[in-house]
Amino acid sequence: MTLSTIKSRPIYPGLTPDLNARSNIIVSDKAGAEAVAELLSRADSNFAKRTTIILADTLADKDRQAIARELAPVTIEFHATLADGIARLRQLLDGAPMGLRLYAAGSEPLIGLVVQAGGDFSIDHLSIRTEHRGTLMRRVQCVHCKTFIENVTTNPVKCTHCGITLLVRDHYSRRLAAFQGVCIDAEIPGDIPPTEALYQ
Amino acid sequence: MGLTFKDETFRDDFTYTNSPQNIRRFPFPFIEDQYRYSVNIEPHTPGPKGSPFEFPFDIDEHYVSEMRDRALVLEADPLRCQALPHMMTAQWDMLELVMTSLARDYPEHFTLHRDGSAWHWINRPLGIDQKFTFLDASTLPFEPMEYIGRQVQGDFSIQDQRDNQLWMDAGIITSQADWSLDFDVGMNFFEWHGPVPLAHEAGVFERALKFLLNLQIGKPVRRLNWTMTINPRLDTSPENFHKWGRDRMTVTPENIGKKLHLRVEMQGLFRLPRSNAILFSIRGYLMSLEQIVTVPKWGRRLPRVLRSLPPELVEYKSLGRFREMAIDYLSKYDDGAPTSPGGGPD
Repeated sequence: MTLSTIKSRPIYPGLTPDLNARSNIIVSDKAGAEAVAELLSRADSNFAKRTTIILADTLADKDRQAIARELAPVTIEFHATLADGIARLRQLLDGAPMGLRLYAAGSEPLIGLVVQAGGDFSIDHLSIRTEHRGTLMRRVQCVHCKTFIENVTTNPVKCTHCGITLLVRDHYSRRLAAFQGVCIDAEIPGDIPPTEALYQ
Repeated sequence: MGLTFKDETFRDDFTYTNSPQNIRRFPFPFIEDQYRYSVNIEPHTPGPKGSPFEFPFDIDEHYVSEMRDRALVLEADPLRCQALPHMMTAQWDMLELVMTSLARDYPEHFTLHRDGSAWHWINRPLGIDQKFTFLDASTLPFEPMEYIGRQVQGDFSIQDQRDNQLWMDAGIITSQADWSLDFDVGMNFFEWHGPVPLAHEAGVFERALKFLLNLQIGKPVRRLNWTMTINPRLDTSPENFHKWGRDRMTVTPENIGKKLHLRVEMQGLFRLPRSNAILFSIRGYLMSLEQIVTVPKWGRRLPRVLRSLPPELVEYKSLGRFREMAIDYLSKYDDGAPTSPGGGPD
């Protein structure tokens, strides 16, 4: 995670188990699974019994088996895409009782979409335990045409809808789960600095 | 009062100007020859007659044309006006405060009859005559914030107060100095001020927040803020930055007096009675350099202030491309004489 002077840029303190919650949902990707394993190692066996893990990532069979072994005995639901995992999370939240604790571990887009989904179900963002692992890629909203650009690894980046070349700012909207992208050559059209792979 | 509303534009052919009598009431924001960052909040108490501080919501000769520009912006981009679902009570609070203020302060232009919840609003300059039921949104053509926001100069945001924080959970923002309501709605006080340099480190926002959390009903406060804008363009939004950004490259020593405008925001903060939210009004004033220098004190002071700006602020306010040119132009009007304290003309 890059340090920023911009106060809207989220910080992710890391996962710690809440032993008092009546149930837990953990959303993770492959990189985040390591943080989840560390979390489980710091909790008791009852914690595992009360926990559901949504693992949203494209995985080879052997990776899937390795993760299932590492995180046993917790129930793991595997989803091939982040969007599928978030859709499943929303389904679970819709029927969730009081006393639920939500966790997110992995890429920033994953954490952001979990926090956004939690917000839609009135879960305070500060109550969600988060840990950033793996890729630095970002989810960016084009401020001009409002398109969300997924998996952004460079700055600047071209908007996939309107084609404007966007400066990716550190200004972050929790509601939109995205960083802000603003036209980089508005003053002198075509005057675009070299693309840097900042968010690998 | 004798307000004559001008027919003018803030885009395309940019016919906006201030009439001679409007120049002297411009809220010139610099109270000394040097720029200093501060919270600079003062009570929003009635100021001198005819000044922009006379009433809580200042209506001037640009009213009708500004409202027309707002309608154009909203038509092209409805997301400039948004309210989260829990803000409906605060929306009504805002409508009540604005309607009662305008009807009291500008009776020849606005009238409000109230009989219980049966209200009758008359806005003569815009030709509006509306009967509606207070607190029943189905009786208005827009939600309350948008309805009244289309009839009062200035941008508005409404801050919900909870967890010792202010949350920008509603707003109608069509003439902003380069920030996006759509992006910022739902953020807290520190988050939406995130991109502002220097002030976080100086503790400005912590002090301001602490102060505002204790804002009392009936005791509004105000402060002035400023930036510079090329052409008298109201809609300097990030949404349209790819359209107006190139204006910055059109400034020359020959046209800078006409093109470069000091843009002053009189920001008012009002505690709202039912919702306990805070209404934030951002009332913008634009004046070209060539009109500013018609007031000798301002012609002397502005180049001195521009010279004293810290580099972070020049960058944040995007003044870099024309600051030197502006200082060169304005220096002709600075004879080195001392200036009197305060922002007003001598």
